[in-house]
Amino acid sequence: MKKTPVLTGHGLRNRRSQTIFIVTVALATLILITVAGLTMDPEKYATDFSVKNQAPSAEHLFGTDWMGRDMLMRTVKGLSTSIYIGLLASIVTSVLALFLGVLAGTIGRWATTAFNWMVDLFMGVPHLILLILISILLGRGARGVMIGVIVTHWCPLGRIVQAEIMSLKNSQYVQAAVRMGKSKWWVAMRHMLPHVIPQFIVGLVLMFPHAIMHEASITFLGFGLPPEQPAIGVILSESMKYLTTGIWWLALLPGLSLLAIVVLFEEIGSNLRLLIDPFSAQE
Amino acid sequence: MLLLLLAVSVVTFLLVELSPIDAVSSYIGENGVSDEQREIITEYWGLNDPPTVRYVKWITNILHGDMGTSMVYRQPVIKVIGERFKLSLILMAVSWVVSGLFGLLLGIIAAVYKGRVVDKIIRVYCLLLESSPAFWIGIVLLLFFAVYLDILPMGLAAPIGMSIEEATLPQRIYHLVLPALALMLTGISKIALQTREKMIQVFESDFALFARTRGEGKWTFVRRHGLRNILLPFITLQFGSISELFGGSVLAESVFTYPGLGEATVQSGLRGDMPLFLGIALFSALFVFCGNLIANILYAVVDPRIREGGRFQ
Repeated sequence: MKKTPVLTGHGLRNRRSQTIFIVTVALATLILITVAGLTMDPEKYATDFSVKNQAPSAEHLFGTDWMGRDMLMRTVKGLSTSIYIGLLASIVTSVLALFLGVLAGTIGRWATTAFNWMVDLFMGVPHLILLILISILLGRGARGVMIGVIVTHWCPLGRIVQAEIMSLKNSQYVQAAVRMGKSKWWVAMRHMLPHVIPQFIVGLVLMFPHAIMHEASITFLGFGLPPEQPAIGVILSESMKYLTTGIWWLALLPGLSLLAIVVLFEEIGSNLRLLIDPFSAQE
Repeated sequence: MLLLLLAVSVVTFLLVELSPIDAVSSYIGENGVSDEQREIITEYWGLNDPPTVRYVKWITNILHGDMGTSMVYRQPVIKVIGERFKLSLILMAVSWVVSGLFGLLLGIIAAVYKGRVVDKIIRVYCLLLESSPAFWIGIVLLLFFAVYLDILPMGLAAPIGMSIEEATLPQRIYHLVLPALALMLTGISKIALQTREKMIQVFESDFALFARTRGEGKWTFVRRHGLRNILLPFITLQFGSISELFGGSVLAESVFTYPGLGEATVQSGLRGDMPLFLGIALFSALFVFCGNLIANILYAVVDPRIREGGRFQ
């Protein structure tokens, strides 16, 4: 396996240690926000009418809303909800994609046809419509959003996995293993899966921004998380009512934080790709 | 391919069938009626029939051009979709074309000046835009142009108190700018990044090296060889983005209360207007399907290899 890079006295001169540094910092930030949000005392964003509609200040960095709730705290809480949902959804989605992709690539021709057909079917309807439909079906809530994201997002990664498996099938060592009498399952597990894993991991991380943005969108439209729950989608959809009155911080700052989170995840994803890809690993 | 559309209709019908929304309740709305009247409506709509019978009825009616009646708008679904799609189509078409062209241009510029400041700016811009939700960009645009600068309207497709038919062309364009801009901005980044990637690949190819040794400048090369080579992936991506464009227009329209198909989607979903929602779902699938079809035809037009391949078969 990979050797752990040695951080010499030169510090972050080396590109590889630089990438590792970025990934670590990004991950630490994300974990910090999630933990801060999950363990937060609800008192921190409790209603306090004495300080309603305040612009951002040292005391309330993100300002307060019309009920005097501290927006920074609400945003952090909302972000942690989003990260939590996004993480769960993208892990399940990628595992599903991996499973279906491997299945379609190994079983036989009819499985491939069925798989392609399924992908075409799910890609044929705009994601948002399908998401809304599934959300309604499951009674609008975290569960509905999560399952909606899972159902709509497994296609691209599944297709990548399946294509990879198909090309591996004709490689000599796989052929050799098959001729030696190894079962299809054994070959898939021992010879094919290790090849797919790097792409799988990158795909998983890059799935996250999509998951989190779709969660926010669907909540914003009113099909996702309920209004009582502090979620970025809820905060932004509430802020719509106060735009004209000049209360800009309700919309701008939570949105920017969401943007920052997504950028962090994309950074992790693309840096991980650099690390995993043997062609750029030595730079 | 038609089979696929049929499958879409089955799946959406099934999903609606399984959903907890009671068609009769959402039709009646707030004012209660007696149980007997409910029974009459249920009977009248044939809701006591098994789902398969209703599905067959629904699909045969659609083939005859009748998609049922929208409960929210109290109009035939087909009429609602038709009217609203006209508005959405303008919005989507404008942003689709402009974002495609701008994305292509930015991608080429970034590739030509790879590693320089321009490239870095374009890449950061694309990364930021790709990472921000479409509706949030809409809100920020609203805040800046409609509230802070106060030069563009808050929403709708025509001045308040005026129907869309009465509004003059400049007025309608005036109301179209912001939603189109919101939809456009999110569309650009993907195209630009992809174009940049492909263009850099082309620049690294042998024929690019040869062209350079012959003394062709970078821009001449882009015009003579580069464009042809990146056109195919560009078309794939641009037409593939139609499904996302539709989703984006739902968000943009609901931010700007633009009375298009997207807004109708949200309304029908929130208020349990299932005939309309089913109609829109089916219609959107048809829309995406048409996009893919056009892309496939364009491949042959753009790429001589595919054309030849077809002829020899």
